[in-house]
Amino acid sequence: MTPLALGLLNVFFVLLVSLTLAAGLIWVERRLLALWQDRYGPNRVGPLGLLQVLADAIKILTKQDWIPPFADRAVFVIAPGVIMVTVLLSLAVVPITPAIGVVDLNVGLLFFLAMSSLGVYSVVLAGWSSDSKYALLGALRAAAQMLSYEVFMGLSLMGVVLIAGSFDLRKIVDAQARLWFCIPQLVGFVVFLIAGIAETRRLPFDLPEAESELVAGFHTEYSGMKFGMFFVGEYLGVILISAMITTLFFGGWRGPFLPPIVWFLIKTFAFIAFFVLLRASLPRPRYDQLMAYGWKLLLPLSLLNLAVTAAVVIAIHHGGGA
Amino acid sequence: MNAPFYVAGAIALVSTLLVITRASAVHALLYLIVSLLAIAVIFFQLGAPFIAALEVIIYAGAIMVVFVFVVMLLNLGPRSVDAERAWLSPVGFVGPIVLGAILAAELLYIVSIAPRPGSASSLVSPTAVGASLFGPYYLGVELGSFLLLAGLVGALHLARSTEQAAR
Repeated sequence: MTPLALGLLNVFFVLLVSLTLAAGLIWVERRLLALWQDRYGPNRVGPLGLLQVLADAIKILTKQDWIPPFADRAVFVIAPGVIMVTVLLSLAVVPITPAIGVVDLNVGLLFFLAMSSLGVYSVVLAGWSSDSKYALLGALRAAAQMLSYEVFMGLSLMGVVLIAGSFDLRKIVDAQARLWFCIPQLVGFVVFLIAGIAETRRLPFDLPEAESELVAGFHTEYSGMKFGMFFVGEYLGVILISAMITTLFFGGWRGPFLPPIVWFLIKTFAFIAFFVLLRASLPRPRYDQLMAYGWKLLLPLSLLNLAVTAAVVIAIHHGGGA
Repeated sequence: MNAPFYVAGAIALVSTLLVITRASAVHALLYLIVSLLAIAVIFFQLGAPFIAALEVIIYAGAIMVVFVFVVMLLNLGPRSVDAERAWLSPVGFVGPIVLGAILAAELLYIVSIAPRPGSASSLVSPTAVGASLFGPYYLGVELGSFLLLAGLVGALHLARSTEQAAR
């Protein structure tokens, strides 16, 4: 097979699998939530309720796609697209197995951070262009929350970069051949996990769309497939953060006996299930608690982690040699 | 150079022009973000992927979000758009365009007579950027961090005093 055909195959494989998984997660999440809350969940359409996803898709595609007359039309239409584009572009740099992965950038980790920082615009612009007070309040919360948590999301990963000595995600996976980074970088892992939940605006950090206070927050005015894109974008975000945790802290595709892709999927799915479990079990904090927790606890913790890791890396490199 | 460079350059120029001529503040900011992204693509083309990534993370992803945030807080309505439109009269553009054209002509002249640098631009790795920041440019980094610390202390002071006044 020619390199071009192989490359295209890679691109469409990653695109199709991640979009299918994101749609399928709607069913997975509802079934898992039901399991933990002692109910059945969707179980009528098809075997085990699996066709519920298809039914939802048909419903959402045939709904009227309505743009409020008071909205800023161009921005209103662009906003849901931004989240899909940024998350799908981030998935391009994730090395899934030694053979599968769309692109290898030598600044792959920074590319992921760059795309996740652009993802904020989707929420902010959706809220602004809707010209509704609930949407605007949701967007204001989202902007402050995602901007704050982005800061130490980046800082928490620098420990991994220091140990691996590269921003290249493949080299980071290779550096975990002997020991997964979740052990020497436990603090970094915990901070990244919390920041990742905040970045995807999942419960308990879903203040931008808090139903009990803001109707539906930033996507109050959205309907039909535009709402669907926010919905799928959120699940894609969950897949992305789970895949990044697997890559950065849990050795990526590495593991005994089973083929690499199976290991990668098992690890990623474990974190997706953890995201759902969090939703089933934790209440939403107050907004000032969220901000204070981020700036006063997580930021100093990630800075401390960075300083200690740097000191240890220098001590090993220089102390051992001299 | 190659086609992607010229395409990114053209997008940067057009979007920057649109930043100046838009009446709505948020639309102007959106074009500014597009312009910054185009410049990031140019950096990537020139063999500086690290600076390209930082351009997106810091400028497009952090500073511009704060700008949009402030504009949203002000909640400028259609009235401010009308006011802005009235200020954007074509007559006001004549002076800046003449002065800008003189500068552009001067720049083109200097570029045309200057010796061309070797086209073999090498790839600048993140490690090389870090080594030069903490090597020859160490003083600059320290001065920059002084400035940021001063800004941080100032912001803290402003936030503190309003909180105490409210009590």
